[in-house]
Amino acid sequence: MSDLISQKVNMIFKSTKGETVHALKDITFTLKKGELLTVLGPSGCGKTTLLNIAAGFLRPTSGTITLGNNEIDGPGVERGMVFQQGALFEWLTVNENVNFGLRMKKEDPAKTAKKVEEWLDIVGLKGFGNTPTYQLSGGMQQRVALARCLINDPDLILMDEPLGALDALTREKMQSLVLKIWKETGKTIILITHSVEEALLLGERVYVMAPRPGRIHKEYKLPFASLGLKGDLREIKNNKEFVSKREEILTMIWNMEEEIMGKEI
Amino acid sequence: MITGFITFFTIFAVVGAILYGRRLVKTEKSDAVFGNPERAKGGIHWVVVGSSFLLLSWLYYSWDIAKSFYPKSANELCQVAKVNESLLSLKYLFPIVERQHKSTAIIKRENTNIENKIILIKNDSNLKSQDKEIFIDILSSTKLMIPSLTDERYLEDETQNIINQLTARLNKLTENFPKDTYPKLNEEEKYEINEGLKKQLGWGATGMEVPPIPESTRGLKFHAAAAELNSISDEFFEMRNHNPEYLRKSELIFSEIKEYMDGLDDGLELDYIKDIKKLVRRIEYASIFPPKTLDELERAIRSFDKVQKKEQGNLKTIDIFLFPAGTIVASGPQCSEAGPGRWLPKPSDTFRIFGEMLKPSVGYKMIPMLWYEMMGVNRIVGFILPDWIADIMPGKYPVHNQSGTVDPNFKSKILDIVTGEFEAFKIPVPTGHIWDSFLRVFLGLMLGIILGVPLGLFMGLNRFAKGFFDPLVELYRPVPPLAWAPLVITVFGIDNVGKVFLLFMVSFSIMIISARAGASGTQLSKIHAAHSLGASRWQIIREVIFPNSLPEILTGIRVAVGMCWGTLVAAEFLAGTTGIGFVENVARKYMQYEVIWITIFVMGMLGLIFDLTIRKIIDKTIPWRGKG
Repeated sequence: MSDLISQKVNMIFKSTKGETVHALKDITFTLKKGELLTVLGPSGCGKTTLLNIAAGFLRPTSGTITLGNNEIDGPGVERGMVFQQGALFEWLTVNENVNFGLRMKKEDPAKTAKKVEEWLDIVGLKGFGNTPTYQLSGGMQQRVALARCLINDPDLILMDEPLGALDALTREKMQSLVLKIWKETGKTIILITHSVEEALLLGERVYVMAPRPGRIHKEYKLPFASLGLKGDLREIKNNKEFVSKREEILTMIWNMEEEIMGKEI
Repeated sequence: MITGFITFFTIFAVVGAILYGRRLVKTEKSDAVFGNPERAKGGIHWVVVGSSFLLLSWLYYSWDIAKSFYPKSANELCQVAKVNESLLSLKYLFPIVERQHKSTAIIKRENTNIENKIILIKNDSNLKSQDKEIFIDILSSTKLMIPSLTDERYLEDETQNIINQLTARLNKLTENFPKDTYPKLNEEEKYEINEGLKKQLGWGATGMEVPPIPESTRGLKFHAAAAELNSISDEFFEMRNHNPEYLRKSELIFSEIKEYMDGLDDGLELDYIKDIKKLVRRIEYASIFPPKTLDELERAIRSFDKVQKKEQGNLKTIDIFLFPAGTIVASGPQCSEAGPGRWLPKPSDTFRIFGEMLKPSVGYKMIPMLWYEMMGVNRIVGFILPDWIADIMPGKYPVHNQSGTVDPNFKSKILDIVTGEFEAFKIPVPTGHIWDSFLRVFLGLMLGIILGVPLGLFMGLNRFAKGFFDPLVELYRPVPPLAWAPLVITVFGIDNVGKVFLLFMVSFSIMIISARAGASGTQLSKIHAAHSLGASRWQIIREVIFPNSLPEILTGIRVAVGMCWGTLVAAEFLAGTTGIGFVENVARKYMQYEVIWITIFVMGMLGLIFDLTIRKIIDKTIPWRGKG
């Protein structure tokens, strides 16, 4: 029973000038173990704030968020995070990056090395162990970041636009990888993205968030992720239902953006 | 010899490289337009030209080329300078270098002075008219005194004889000078010159500019002629044209002045009469002769001048072409190296002295430049371990017993170890000026790094540390390190401690600032990642923040090395007994230009080695820099 339960989470930022920004308002949801949730929304709607709260980097102004009965009040190993730019430690090699978490726990190096090898194999980086990370391409760096996070065996994986900075082809491959890992490990995943297509492809559940104050605007339950596990991702993109959902959400976000712009003018 | 070879070699190198460069331009593909960096690639041959030019200029302007090809020329030019100097006062009597005869010029000048004085007296309303009359009277008779000097009728035979004698001596000198037999020296003179030559150092040795005692036969000729000319001119200028007629007139004037001055109090009148007396005296001491009297002497001087110039031969050309920017002749009989010859040491001398200084037995001021000495390990142990280690050991130090001996116990044995009083093998330890300077920089830098980096990281991460230490660092840092030097040296002593502390102050602030910038510049996502990977605070600092700040820290070290190096040399200037800066300062006091240049060179090299080492370290330790 390690569900992620968010209850009436509010986040209010105060700027030094005294203005307040209501970043999140009454976010309430429950994520069952093994679910893959994608979060979509226009920029500034509080997606990343929500993720940072779940990771424990931020403390919510009010409300609670619990993972398997434990209230989250700080960063922890049971919640792994993958960042947009990878956030790899470029002074370390691929191996050293991947086993970073285990080294911090001071685990037996021999055992660690074996685990690292397994994970590098899973993410498709076999033989790159001793490469310095700054020599890797963007996609490979993201694979390392995934392996580094997964080797710690977290209950919940938080992904903050992990594929945002990749080119289209690499992105597609990485999407398959995420799905593969999700299926094989059965981890609970929250993935934030600004690509509607990606959200639909990967998300078993999709939350569309709205800004000012940041809130969950609409929730979808979708079959595409399970389809994607079996078939080709590109075929799914041409699926009629997929296309209509995509258009629907795009219009929704478009309207939100327009609303903001209108307000500003 | 070597200099000559190098000179020719560099000239060939320059010509060859220029020709090669021209051919390269012709054969090169011309598809690279102006501004394309491709065009600036290569060009080792231009490096050859550049370095050769530098070397050639050095050789030329330091007069090393002259020394190499004409080693005796400076000494000979020095003798020529002696002749020129001796001849000069005689030449000034005649329109040779001047426009007028000296007598003419003096008469003209003194007449004008007297006229001016008269006008001044006439116009002075503070003078009584009877005083005015007396003054003008004296001045007029002074003026009338001049004809008694310039009239040939009054010229005494004795004076004429002396002039004839001097002229004859000059003519004889002119006649003998070109002969190979000149000069005929007596035994005593020969002995004197030989003894002097034995003691004389060569041209360009430290402490000796141009050697003054003649080393060649040509030089000896000029040396002897200069002596003869000196004696002639001394005799001439001792002679006065004071004939009876002049003496009669001047006595009258002086007695008149004396009469007037008797019983005169201080005042305007006394000032005037003193001025007038000065005017009369000036004429008394001036060498005024009748117009035709010195004609023979003039002719003799002119002909000698012609002969000596001819005898100089190629010396004149050498002087003009190989002694640039200042000549030895111009310096007169001191024979000093004027111009760049003085402050720009000859490469040959410089390298010779450098080689000499590098010998451990010579060094500089009894200390070698860079060498080693054998030091017992016990001394090193005694220096490193503090004595209080023995004090905190259990027990008491032994007390002597009745038989008058002391039995060592455990505590006293420990004391022997920590004070270094035990037998041990010896190991070589570097020593010398260069090593001392290096060690000071190294220690100052290390202390700065060891203390500055942790504090800087701490300040970058912690509000309290930043706020608490910021005023301290920011108040002492902007003060130039040398401004601290007098204080630091007073407190910590002129030896190593003071200097190392000063350098520590320099590197400490730089290291703090760079480590702080590195720590506060760590990407938040990396710290977040480390947190969610389960790293503790200490692990985050050690594994993430520290390596992430390494580029800044290493850049800081590079800056600090440069600053430390500059500060050290200046600090060694201020005080101390070893180090490169000390050597330069002492060399400055004794005007050892070669040594000054050597220290400059050594410092440049050491600085370069420091920088290259750090660059290597940077490339090795932070290869990811700029690629993250």
